[in-house]
Amino acid sequence: MSTTLFEKSVSRKEFLKVSGATGAALMLGFIFPFGSRGKEAILKNISAEEVLTADLTPFIIIDSSNKITLMLHKPEMGQGTYQSMPVILAEELDVTLDQVTIKPALANRKKYGYMGVGGSNSVRGSWMKLRQAGAAARTMLVTAAAQTWKVPVNECFAKEGRVYHNGSDKNAKYGDLVETAAKMSVPQNPKLKEPKDFQLIGKPIPRPDIPLKVSGSAEFGLDVKVPGMLYASVEHCPVFRGKVKSFDDTAAKAVPGVKSVIASERHIRNNKLYGVAVVADSYYAALEGRKALKIDWDFGKYENANTQDLYKDMRELTKSEGKIAKQQGDFENAYRNASIKTEALYELPFAAHAPMEPQNAVAHVQGDKCEIWASTQVPDRAQQIVAGLLNIPLENVTLHFKFMGGAYGRRLISDPITEAVFLSQKVGAPVKVAWTREDDMTLGPFRPGTVSSLKGGVDNTGKLVAFQHKVVAPSINDSMSGGPINGGKVDRGAMEGITDSPYEIPNLKIHNIYAESPVAISWWRSVYASTTSFAQESFVDEMAHVAGKDPLQFRIDMIHENKRMKNLYEFLREKSGWNKTLPDGWGKGVAAIEFFAGRAGHVVYVSKKGAGVKIERIVSAIDCGRAVNPDNVKAQVEGSIVMALTAALKDEITLYNGKVLQSNFDSYRMMRINEIPPIEVYIVPSTDKPDGVGEPGLPTLAPALGNAIFDATGKRIRKLPFNINRI
Amino acid sequence: MASLELNINDKIYTVDVDPQTPLLWVIRDHVGLTGTKFGCGIAQCGACLVHVDGNPIHSCVTPTSSAIGRKITTIEGISSDRSHPVQKAWIKHQVPQCGYCHSGQIMSAVALLNNNPEPTDNDIDMAMQGVICRCGTYPRIREAIHTAAKMNANKGEK
Repeated sequence: MSTTLFEKSVSRKEFLKVSGATGAALMLGFIFPFGSRGKEAILKNISAEEVLTADLTPFIIIDSSNKITLMLHKPEMGQGTYQSMPVILAEELDVTLDQVTIKPALANRKKYGYMGVGGSNSVRGSWMKLRQAGAAARTMLVTAAAQTWKVPVNECFAKEGRVYHNGSDKNAKYGDLVETAAKMSVPQNPKLKEPKDFQLIGKPIPRPDIPLKVSGSAEFGLDVKVPGMLYASVEHCPVFRGKVKSFDDTAAKAVPGVKSVIASERHIRNNKLYGVAVVADSYYAALEGRKALKIDWDFGKYENANTQDLYKDMRELTKSEGKIAKQQGDFENAYRNASIKTEALYELPFAAHAPMEPQNAVAHVQGDKCEIWASTQVPDRAQQIVAGLLNIPLENVTLHFKFMGGAYGRRLISDPITEAVFLSQKVGAPVKVAWTREDDMTLGPFRPGTVSSLKGGVDNTGKLVAFQHKVVAPSINDSMSGGPINGGKVDRGAMEGITDSPYEIPNLKIHNIYAESPVAISWWRSVYASTTSFAQESFVDEMAHVAGKDPLQFRIDMIHENKRMKNLYEFLREKSGWNKTLPDGWGKGVAAIEFFAGRAGHVVYVSKKGAGVKIERIVSAIDCGRAVNPDNVKAQVEGSIVMALTAALKDEITLYNGKVLQSNFDSYRMMRINEIPPIEVYIVPSTDKPDGVGEPGLPTLAPALGNAIFDATGKRIRKLPFNINRI
Repeated sequence: MASLELNINDKIYTVDVDPQTPLLWVIRDHVGLTGTKFGCGIAQCGACLVHVDGNPIHSCVTPTSSAIGRKITTIEGISSDRSHPVQKAWIKHQVPQCGYCHSGQIMSAVALLNNNPEPTDNDIDMAMQGVICRCGTYPRIREAIHTAAKMNANKGEK
């Protein structure tokens, strides 16, 4: 694309608005067949017309003033996309991070593919396409230099934003080459760098978002303010799927600053949920108005629900067969004939995501257009949801994703966005919906609690020959769909990490038993593995002990095919000093997992202290393939450990008369700095392609801790949370 | 409603608010300094910490009227260029993940070091346990505070 063509077809102002670039530009983007989640990316040089028609958007923009802009298509929630995505592009483009400007992209699946962040997928899901985008641009720039200098292209090379000629002192910065480069067709299979030549990938390059986060200048969703914006606080029905019967807003409307009181709606997938919103010219007025509301609710089906009954039902359900998720050999027969038999019941609680930034969104609906500012994990999905709700074309919804103040899965659900959109449409002004901590804590959606019933049989050589795991679990998909539907199929999500366990046991039976959830449930960091793997890995430990085997060796002996998991356990053994003699009163425990998010494991050391135990040391290992930023990988595992400790040792979400009893950080407590034991994280050296990082460290910390407690005290933890000071 | 004068980061702001409005919302929504965060509203999480006359307070439960005539410092006021030793140490150790709690963490750490230039791990635990980090950056917070203390000490020797 030449400057001339560019100026003819796109107004300069329009282009600057789109790209922030000046002068001629080389723009490279992908075409994503709609809805393909980016699996069929086609590299293409983008014409000026296409920029204007917005069929495509560039990932890389280089202008003639040498400004290099990398578009960030994956929102930042703490997982480090603000560093990892640009680093992958910059590596292949041969620029350094301080040479580039990072610009968050507007939501658009057609342009960027799936933009959602979750399932530990940002790096592994973007790895090849970002490398190709970077390499294609670099190839074009090098070719442009060779043409300009009239030298063979193989005599030219790129380095840190310049192209050099081998054998002369000719060199040029990228900005001087873009006009020539932009006229070329984009190589479809550009030569990628050899990993040995990586300059950025694999190194702890500092995160560009951190300076913003130490100075208060990172803009989170809750920080957004737009002209004419009103503030809303919503009294939501405290019981899942309850409705508003009637309300009296007289006192609320008398509060100075209150503009209107509206029966409001929000959507969790197919669930329409209700409340009463107070809209005001300040947030304080909205809160004061909300306190003055009188609402008569129709609590509906779950009016008398409570967790005590729910768990009683779930325990009872373990006696049923449910659906068979996996079967090998003949469990019943092998169990009957086993030398030693053990069975156990494990109970795991509901949990809140509790991100530090409560749910919020700003929306401005104007006719058939809508603009949204939100801390969301799913920009393009939220855009689709809003377009559907307003029944307007997708391109009429502009969504700006903001920094997220934590997410852990909560911001995969767009109900606060739908609420802001609903209210903005009603009041005809931009509206910021800001939940209180109590709203955030009591409304969920929560991690579903599960109950596991396990049986194991060991033969006379100490080998685990029969194993049964019945997982009783509410279904997230079912809850999202507006169920209960309770169809005939196995809920595969609920079986993650269990049906794909690396342990090879000859006679195996895995059941999935459906339980109805009386609260909204959704994906919580590491999802079902965060509960079911506690049962699985604790029970495997029980079997090792009854078999009289070393728990780590017992596990390794059951792994043959899965070399990476075998290696992970060997690596943990070495890094933790597993075989060393322990001081008196100490115990050690191990657990690891491989599931959709990747693979990691822990060794935990505890010592007896009073009536409880003290965690002396946590040694963790993750095999995430090639680590794009090893320091960030460690940070993610550290964070997973702290979140797992909180879930294991602090509070659970409980229900009484349909209402959640925990409401803030006084009743749903978090680990604090004084409670954090020494943590060491090691990354398994690997040249495999990158794998998940954000979640694998979470599920097996609790079972490793429970196993260590058993080793030290002889007491088996079968229910979370528990009090570590009183075992 | 009343017209109130507030001294924030050595600058005088006049705001027209209900004097009972928590200082947090006035700082964020009326003055426009959004570095100070809302986390719980009941002085449990520390995301809203600011200094009033040098002491860390929870702005989410502090009526604005009580801050009149006093010197308020927010995260934006500890340096204009991220040059405060605590900020430098936070960057060095790559402490924040989501970053939302770190305005509060940093304000808490600055107050700690002002009172205790060479804190032990135990001093850090005591002083910092009021600020929750859901991402779990605590091990790095501890390291960064030690580093900031060393930076301060080195500066003093010069």
